[in-house]
Amino acid sequence: MLTVEHLSSRYGRIEALHDVTLHVAAGEIIALVGSNGAGKTTLLKALSGVQPIVAGRVRFDGREIQRIAAHRRVRLGLVQVPEGRQVFGPLSVEENLLVGAWTRGRAIADDLARIFVTFPMLADFRHRAAGTLSGGQQQMLAIGRALMARPRLLLLDEPSMGLAPLLIDQIFAIIADIRSQGVTVLVVEQNVQAALAIADRGYVLETGRITLEGSGRSLICDDRVRQAYLGVHVDA
Amino acid sequence: MATALQILFSGLTVGAIYALVAIGFTLVYSSSEVVNFAQGEFVMLGGMISATAVAAGLAPLPAASLAIVATVVTGILLYGLAVAPARDASPIVVIIITIGASIFIRGLASVGMGKEFHTLPPLLATPTLDLGGASVQTQGLVVMAGSVAIVLTLWLFLRMTKLGRGIRATAANRLAAQLAGINPRVIVGLTFAISALIGALGGILITPITLTSFDVGTLLAVKGFAAAVLGGLTHPAGPVLGGLMIGLLEAVGAGYISSQYKDVFAFVVLLGVLFLRPQGILGGRAVERV
Repeated sequence: MLTVEHLSSRYGRIEALHDVTLHVAAGEIIALVGSNGAGKTTLLKALSGVQPIVAGRVRFDGREIQRIAAHRRVRLGLVQVPEGRQVFGPLSVEENLLVGAWTRGRAIADDLARIFVTFPMLADFRHRAAGTLSGGQQQMLAIGRALMARPRLLLLDEPSMGLAPLLIDQIFAIIADIRSQGVTVLVVEQNVQAALAIADRGYVLETGRITLEGSGRSLICDDRVRQAYLGVHVDA
Repeated sequence: MATALQILFSGLTVGAIYALVAIGFTLVYSSSEVVNFAQGEFVMLGGMISATAVAAGLAPLPAASLAIVATVVTGILLYGLAVAPARDASPIVVIIITIGASIFIRGLASVGMGKEFHTLPPLLATPTLDLGGASVQTQGLVVMAGSVAIVLTLWLFLRMTKLGRGIRATAANRLAAQLAGINPRVIVGLTFAISALIGALGGILITPITLTSFDVGTLLAVKGFAAAVLGGLTHPAGPVLGGLMIGLLEAVGAGYISSQYKDVFAFVVLLGVLFLRPQGILGGRAVERV
């Protein structure tokens, strides 16, 4: 569904992504893990078209999209839940969801109802300003807003960041549920354990390069991953 | 008493126009962070084109419609040809671009429509009305009613329509708006078009009272900007409050101190606000845009 070939991106003279190659097949959950500053967010931004790239190709359904403007990629079904939720603070919860359906026609009432079933809390707060919600509620709203666009590939940037452990479990359950509804998922996480646990496959990104890839389970068991990201000391 | 009433009335009349200019400033600024100093030219074009068309024999309504369409097209061209190509430039560069554009528009207006004063007939047949001993121009009431209608329509548009939601979403979070599939250039272009529309309407409404000429835009832009800054650039009610306050202050100053210094008051207010409360009366913390 998505193939990224030799992608490079930079902030000024600093290289943020170097020769990144990865692919996502339809129906998969892919985890992209790595430490702070490894380039995970930059990669998702590049995929969404809000971060310029200097080299490489991005194909979505076989079509090259690296020159397509960000807002048009949403129409293709490539939708991102950005880091830090980025809800429209002054707008109500319902208005946030309606803006999420910007690229769609008029028949969105069913989608709205479905979001309110998935996230009952959003229905309770539908007329509240999104900025007044808690972090976890805003994360639910950001996911709901993205789902309103009917994504085929959902990019999630650090969905568990800053949330309480109970909420983190809930978020990952929702991600698994989203996949079961036929949406392919690429999730970026610092919560390496939780992300790899639900992922079919994973990639490890370090200082802008892919250094490891494999199935979710094999990566959790990999000594390098355990030592670097899971805090497990491994004797040589 | 009658004098006070007269001053209050003329202050609110002029203040309403400043408020309309200030709304244009904040509408464009909130969705793009562009300060459009050509805002005053929209008011000038609305009045000048209408007056010229009426003088050429057109009936007032078609003349006003022509002026509105021409001004909105000017607003869209201003964005598309001058502002949008400079989107990576610093804010100060964009401000200078809009100042340059306003000089250009003023120049075209003086060449095309002359340098003399123009006027329009008032809307109502009775030109003046006795109000508590004060004689007031009925056109002043038209200006106020028209401004209220414009503000309400804009508010409903921003609240109730999909495009209005798109403008508010882009103003709240440009990145998230893009990720929702909104083309920010369309939205910013739309805010230029709307602020041109509002400016043109203001120009048409006020011309029967104040007359107009090719060069009225500069002072209107400065006063509208002062009103926007005074009220707070980020609060929806800011420009209305700021506009009315500057209008009243000017009228009081001109009535009780000296009409020679009428234009000074807006500048004093602008400086005072920037020194004492740069976020404006209703604005939140100055740098907060998250």
